[in-house]
Amino acid sequence: MLILCLCSQTVRAQEKDLLDLVDDGKPKKEIVKNAFKSIRVINGHSMEFLAPGTMDFRILHRFGQLNQGSKNFFGLDQASMRLGFDFGVLQNLMVGVGRSTFKKEIDAYVKYAPIRQSTGYRSFPFTVAFVGGMTMNTMDFPDPTAKNYFSSRLAYYGQAIIGRKFSEGLSLQLAPTLVHNNLVPLSTQPNDVYALGFGGRIKASKRMAFTWDYFYVANGIEKGVNYNPLSVGVDIETGGHVFQLHVSNATGMNERAFITETTSSWEKIDIRFGFNLSRIFQIKKHKR
Amino acid sequence: MKKILLLIGVITLAAVTNAQDKYFTKTGKITFDATAPKSPENIDAVNKNSTCVLDAKSGEIQFSVLMKGFEFDRALMMEHFNENYVESDKFPKTVFKGQVVNNESINYSKEGTYPAKVKGKLTMHGETKDLDADGKLIVKAGRVTVSADFAVVFAEYKITIPQLVADKVSKTAKISVDCSLEPLKK
Repeated sequence: MLILCLCSQTVRAQEKDLLDLVDDGKPKKEIVKNAFKSIRVINGHSMEFLAPGTMDFRILHRFGQLNQGSKNFFGLDQASMRLGFDFGVLQNLMVGVGRSTFKKEIDAYVKYAPIRQSTGYRSFPFTVAFVGGMTMNTMDFPDPTAKNYFSSRLAYYGQAIIGRKFSEGLSLQLAPTLVHNNLVPLSTQPNDVYALGFGGRIKASKRMAFTWDYFYVANGIEKGVNYNPLSVGVDIETGGHVFQLHVSNATGMNERAFITETTSSWEKIDIRFGFNLSRIFQIKKHKR
Repeated sequence: MKKILLLIGVITLAAVTNAQDKYFTKTGKITFDATAPKSPENIDAVNKNSTCVLDAKSGEIQFSVLMKGFEFDRALMMEHFNENYVESDKFPKTVFKGQVVNNESINYSKEGTYPAKVKGKLTMHGETKDLDADGKLIVKAGRVTVSADFAVVFAEYKITIPQLVADKVSKTAKISVDCSLEPLKK
């Protein structure tokens, strides 16, 4: 009987999963990635970061208003663009520069995430990221005889991004933002503009997703002058490129421009077709 | 008292023999190459943290590989690998459970290189398929090195390669295994 018992014990030991013998059972901490396909939801920054050592070359186009009709090929006759270079420095730090046609504006930013959504040991449910940026208008001053200050060209913005990838299919983020314009065109307009961004993504397939990007501007909106920017679009990934096709009432392609200077409205179908094209280059070879 | 001592002795002995039976590593190297013949860039990656356990007595051998542990030259390739091809969030591990068919002909207590035939089941991307591989076991300085080369067909594991990248990514992956196992002490 005893022998039988021992035998069965050995047999059971034989059948045991060998891998269990060396499994320490502790799930490792893992950062949740790819909440968004790109570092921008559409216009606004996303909770996503570039991998260190990579550069994202971004070509953005915003066409004319759709409601111009067939005479202007539904706005495609005109285009405003921004060229951008974004660099991944660390897993949670990136920087970027860009230049837009609109107001010949140069912009630059730093984005850093002290906390990132993770799973496993010491997991955290959402990502918190901060963006600090500035823009510089490089057009000639409208009145060269007046006393013009260099600082008048500058605007700044600060943004916090709180985002979560709820599932493979759904990611949402909130982005409270402050834009400070050193110079505003009208005395009635505030220098400091507060806004809250709502961005999201619903993944339709492995390589396609539906996205939206809305900013509620809390102050400085004058009816008939400027509006809250809303963009809706699709992200399409093709091997090395990400295309973000969308329609939006915003023309601006930096935070200052699309938050404080969106002058057309969805109500009048005063919207435009636009696209962001992103191509990621590996500039520093990944050591392995 | 004598009996107790004897019992302890037997247990210790059993434990010792047991320890020499099994070998393992958590830093095994597994590389794969899925570069298509005319591809301008190499589609290859290495995982240096593969787990492998070998039971020398029975010839059972098992591997466990975390898919997110595969490192590529380019970060974007790694992202595509995990996101679009192997779906690492859904299927984090690839596991092989098999048997060294010619285990009797391998003398684990004598140094040397032994050809080995392994038969078993590979579970990847949620699909389990039979897999046979020829490789060798090298017994040296108390360690056992397992090395093997074989190929897997992506379609068998329901990993689809879109037409768009077919000129770069091959339909099969050449896998090579190189794991140096140390005795497992309990």
